[in-house]
Amino acid sequence: MTQQTQSISSRTNEEERTKRHTISILVENKFGAFNRIAGLFAAKGYNIDSLSVGPTEEEDVSRMTIVTRGDDQIIDQIIKQLNKVIDTIKVIDLTFESFVERELVLVKVQSRTETRPEIMQMAEIFRAKVVDISPKTLTLEATGSQQKVDAIIKMLKPFGIKEIARTGRVALKREFKGEV
Amino acid sequence: MSPQKEQHSTSGHHGRTMTGAEIFVRSLVEEGVEVVFGYPGGATIGIYDALVDLSDIRHVLVRHEQGATHAAEGYAKATGKPGVVLVTSGPGGTNTVTGIADAYMDSVPIVVFTGQVPLRLIGNDAFQEADIVGITRPITKQNYLVKDVRDLARIIKEAFYIATTGRPGPVLVDLPKDVMAQKTSFEYPKSVSLRSYNPTVEGNQKQIRKAAELINSAKRPVLYVGGGVIQSNASAELKALAEKLRCPVTTTLHGLGAFPETNPLSLGMLGMHGTWYSNVAVSYCDVLIAVGARFDDRVTGKVEAFAAEAKKIHIDIDPAAISKNVMVDVPIVGDVKRVLKRLLDEVHGLETADWLKTIDQWKKEHPLRYNQGEAVRAQYVIQKLGEITRGDAIVVTDVGQHQMWTAQFYTWKHPRTHITSGGLGTMGFSLPAAMGAAFGRKDFPVVSISGDGGFQMNSQEMATIVEHKVPLKIFVINNGFLGMVRQWQELFWRRRYSHVELYNPDFVKLAEAYGCPGTRVTKPSEVEPAIREAMLHNDGPCFIEFAVAKEDNVYPMIPGGQTVNEIMDNPEGMEDEVKTDGTPTAMMILDKG
Repeated sequence: MTQQTQSISSRTNEEERTKRHTISILVENKFGAFNRIAGLFAAKGYNIDSLSVGPTEEEDVSRMTIVTRGDDQIIDQIIKQLNKVIDTIKVIDLTFESFVERELVLVKVQSRTETRPEIMQMAEIFRAKVVDISPKTLTLEATGSQQKVDAIIKMLKPFGIKEIARTGRVALKREFKGEV
Repeated sequence: MSPQKEQHSTSGHHGRTMTGAEIFVRSLVEEGVEVVFGYPGGATIGIYDALVDLSDIRHVLVRHEQGATHAAEGYAKATGKPGVVLVTSGPGGTNTVTGIADAYMDSVPIVVFTGQVPLRLIGNDAFQEADIVGITRPITKQNYLVKDVRDLARIIKEAFYIATTGRPGPVLVDLPKDVMAQKTSFEYPKSVSLRSYNPTVEGNQKQIRKAAELINSAKRPVLYVGGGVIQSNASAELKALAEKLRCPVTTTLHGLGAFPETNPLSLGMLGMHGTWYSNVAVSYCDVLIAVGARFDDRVTGKVEAFAAEAKKIHIDIDPAAISKNVMVDVPIVGDVKRVLKRLLDEVHGLETADWLKTIDQWKKEHPLRYNQGEAVRAQYVIQKLGEITRGDAIVVTDVGQHQMWTAQFYTWKHPRTHITSGGLGTMGFSLPAAMGAAFGRKDFPVVSISGDGGFQMNSQEMATIVEHKVPLKIFVINNGFLGMVRQWQELFWRRRYSHVELYNPDFVKLAEAYGCPGTRVTKPSEVEPAIREAMLHNDGPCFIEFAVAKEDNVYPMIPGGQTVNEIMDNPEGMEDEVKTDGTPTAMMILDKG
């Protein structure tokens, strides 16, 4: 989001002061519930690094996964404010739990005959899939942690990236700690 | 905060097929609604048709939708019951926004029904269309767009339940015109069950015990009391606790009336324009017991310095209010009344005689005061009003200097008698809110006090008040200035007055034009007789303009964001009634402690 336009140094400074939290929210799948939660972050001036939303195993329940940053007091307020929203069923700060998180990225990268094998090799290393091909481009799909997604983007950059679409993170608590 | 409403019996209607409009009015009857403040329009014409045959509910036609929302707030604050508003789509809805925001800030239970264009036209920029659900999302506790008539009764039930439980607040329900014409079988739900909304009312026993331990060890305790005590009808429990502990009590603006100021334990109001001794007591206390208050910036000033030495206990229904502004040591989430009841059993009487003696000394040294000169002082008007009514009146203020003077110089005795716009600070609040209060309460006279600026922001409601013969006593404190802004310009902006002087109409003639008898007071000697006469006038409203000192200031004052050390007290240089040896007792206590 906006953080990406900030200089690296100011980002690290802020990260020193604050901690990144992954928060999972179950909400009633009702008209306006998503807006209420997104609007809360805007109105209170909380950071959103990533936000994703989708249906769950229950038809009328959605799960939102929000990655945010703040000191302990701000995170405490965020969780309380999220709980205060009438349509919120449950809020879990996964940061203190063992959890699995994944992000999906589609990268459209420029490719010529001579660079194509190298890009394909890169895809293999990252266990990415080729999902579209044209004479001048390759589109790769990769999933993984934010770090992995950042890494593949970094490695593909020299070839010339035309477009990127990232989902934002989704996360679930692990049932058994230590399991991979 | 009231528990779920008992079912009113309206036998004969259940199971009948009705239009949405009919279901709407029947649902209001089920909720026990007595009065609706509203204004009709194209999108609500069907609903208004259904109101024609209904005698159970009184509809008050306001003159501006903002007036309707403030009237509903006044009604709710004075009675404890939810206020109801009915307006049309588009501008009807947008005109309610200020009142809804006001109710949100001050936790007032109101339910606002807005008309909406037919479903098929939503999003088409139809005539009088506005996305009122989107607009009011950040200022409502919850809001709804009714898309199917079969959901209507359930949504109305939920709206009233959400507005009145937990931390109360406004709920808006948007009613598309075609949905209100659709028919379905009417069944009003008996109860509400929401898996996502279950306010905590019982405080955690462990936390209550922890709080009691802290209190039992206190030497210089202070109870800091907010509007939550009034909302939860906990004044009796508060008084019992204060008297058992022998603990002084200070209230916020919204807490005024929660604890009788005639009680020697009362410190009056704290904060920016609070009493000298309440602010000093808070800064020297060792245990601060915050009850139904939210550590607002007008109370705390500089947060780090607020009751810096004290251990803090915070009792509130809203978990999000805990440690939002000030970190507390023992939070207790729950309904104030229930928590106080249980806390009472866990605490014992404290040895506070020295502490109370010191406070009494402070009260003598630094009373609220003003010099009565040739001009009428607003403080004098308020003081006289307090003496004449003996505190047995509902007093509704607007925003600004007169609001602070009323808070300071009136002697508050009963809960739900002080009504004001505290959080949002909405000018134009008093007149319609006082009208709403008078529709709900017949046991006390209702006085509306405004400044000359605020009165003109909703003076159109004079017509509504005269039409319904509402026996309001309408006071305008006229200093010809937007006084509070002028005071800040004088004190902090080198007296460079920028657009604070007002050109005013002849207020008495204006009142008379509406059919309301009016009088103007220009001399101190006229104040008391005029108020006495007004209090005896019960045939509809009466109006008094008090022409007061033009450049008067509210003191004491702690400038915004500063500490009690920066308090401006007695700048008029009045003689102290009590001679001291020159050492402020506050310092003596500090050295001892």
